[in-house]
Amino acid sequence: MATFFGEVQSVFSRAVDEEEEDEDDDEEEEEDREIIAELERKREVRVTWNPELTAAIESSPGKRLPCSSVILSVGDNATGFVSSYILSSGSWEVAGSVTLWNERCRDCNVRKDFLPAPSSCTFYRSITDPTVLLCQCNCHVAEDQLFQWCEKVFGSLEKSSLKVTVLSTCPVSEYKTPESTYSLPVPFLKALRTSEYREEVPCPLLEQPNIVDGLPAAVLSHCQVLGIPAVFYQCYTDISKLDSVTIKAFRPLLSSGSLSRLAADSANIQETLRKTVKLNEIQSNLYI
Amino acid sequence: MFVPVGSEQDFPSDSTLLLPAISVGNVGQLAIDLIISTLNIPKVGYFYTDCLVPMVGNNPYETNEENAKELCTNAEVYALPSQKLAVLQLRSLVIKKKSKSFRQALVSWIKRCAFARVILLSSCHAYHRDDKQLFGTPFRYLVTPALQKSVADVLRELEWKEMEKVSSYPELNDNEKKLFIPGGGFTKAFYNDCCLEDLQMAVVLKFCSEGDNVPDAFSLLNQVNEWLHLVEPTNGDVKWKSPRSWRLLFGSGLPPAIF
Repeated sequence: MATFFGEVQSVFSRAVDEEEEDEDDDEEEEEDREIIAELERKREVRVTWNPELTAAIESSPGKRLPCSSVILSVGDNATGFVSSYILSSGSWEVAGSVTLWNERCRDCNVRKDFLPAPSSCTFYRSITDPTVLLCQCNCHVAEDQLFQWCEKVFGSLEKSSLKVTVLSTCPVSEYKTPESTYSLPVPFLKALRTSEYREEVPCPLLEQPNIVDGLPAAVLSHCQVLGIPAVFYQCYTDISKLDSVTIKAFRPLLSSGSLSRLAADSANIQETLRKTVKLNEIQSNLYI
Repeated sequence: MFVPVGSEQDFPSDSTLLLPAISVGNVGQLAIDLIISTLNIPKVGYFYTDCLVPMVGNNPYETNEENAKELCTNAEVYALPSQKLAVLQLRSLVIKKKSKSFRQALVSWIKRCAFARVILLSSCHAYHRDDKQLFGTPFRYLVTPALQKSVADVLRELEWKEMEKVSSYPELNDNEKKLFIPGGGFTKAFYNDCCLEDLQMAVVLKFCSEGDNVPDAFSLLNQVNEWLHLVEPTNGDVKWKSPRSWRLLFGSGLPPAIF
């Protein structure tokens, strides 16, 4: 099946292989088991905190970092929004990173200088309020790594007063509605929240039968099951790459809730936004 | 791992657990949706596991504006203690290479809850039928030895057909036979696990092809209902209620400009 953007994907409804699955695990050779164990080690998700935070985690009673808010952005546009509208205030420091290896994300070396690697998840900590964490995730997290990602990241955070916000984007062609998706004014926001999240959301909730997958789904499931208040904002857009129109679609989120007090100065925002989008434009025009 | 929604609750002894196999046409999953929606079974917990692909959405069984906002996850448990019924719904695929650990998690949960009966709703590729299977009923069943004694008479009375075994080496040696459920996902492996663990388990499946499988789900459920009497028929017919989330199964509306 080809999506709106033309990439070929496996069809979702094909729940099973054509032939019977022959997973006779008991008959695995010793050699196979070694290869599988080696692969599993390679695919392990690793969370690294900077020395100061590691010390804080070690010294806290439950070996967890005190944390009031985690803001996770997934994908180019959501991370672009957070970089230009929140991180550009300058009162943030790099706090750690998540490194992982899979077919679509092979750059897995831990950076000694804690600078964001091009394909990894980077944590930032607010200087003014050290209990606020931001996570910028630009890399692909494979299906078998999603559960581990959540367990490891949330496993090192204090849950008692934690609130989670997740941002991501999705092609509008995946949005299900009785009308045609051609007639929808894009980009637009939809929200999903866990039962514990009781605040108002500044956009409509995602209607059935729409569903969400990937890292946002894993984080929301984790929060729902463990009773952590969490909200997810999905921006449906018709542009797959980083662009300022899609980034700006997230702006209503700054008017309410936990994000409002984190917004940067408008001068900084415009400057960073221009830089972020321009950098991408130049790279994508090879022949001009 | 089972995580209850509120306080920990036990399932009444001799409860029946219904669950779907992730199989061709998602027939088992559709049938489970119909059961939960028709009987309006409340959610009691989550089956929290690393073996399924994560997914979330809003309540698929919404009936009003308020309950439409409840988040749903990839594996949830619903229960009606008064009817001694528990239902596990699975909404996403088993991650490759995790089928075994998923089955192990299921078996140990079933043992801990001490379910008296486990019924797996499944399906099998219709194009793999042999000449004899092409005629007659498209439904088949399998029961574990532990359940065989108590249900053999009932199933004989209903004239249900047991899933046939096929030769391991066709045309060479017809003595050695094995179970063959192509397109049945973990059906066969889970059935074998339950036999080994001495669990009282049955599989009810339908031969079908990928497509609009909603009619297959209705017919599979009518078949199961003859045995389990989940809903009493009125005038010989059961009115199963499709959940709201079944709208737009085949995508969004079409752009008006194409007409």
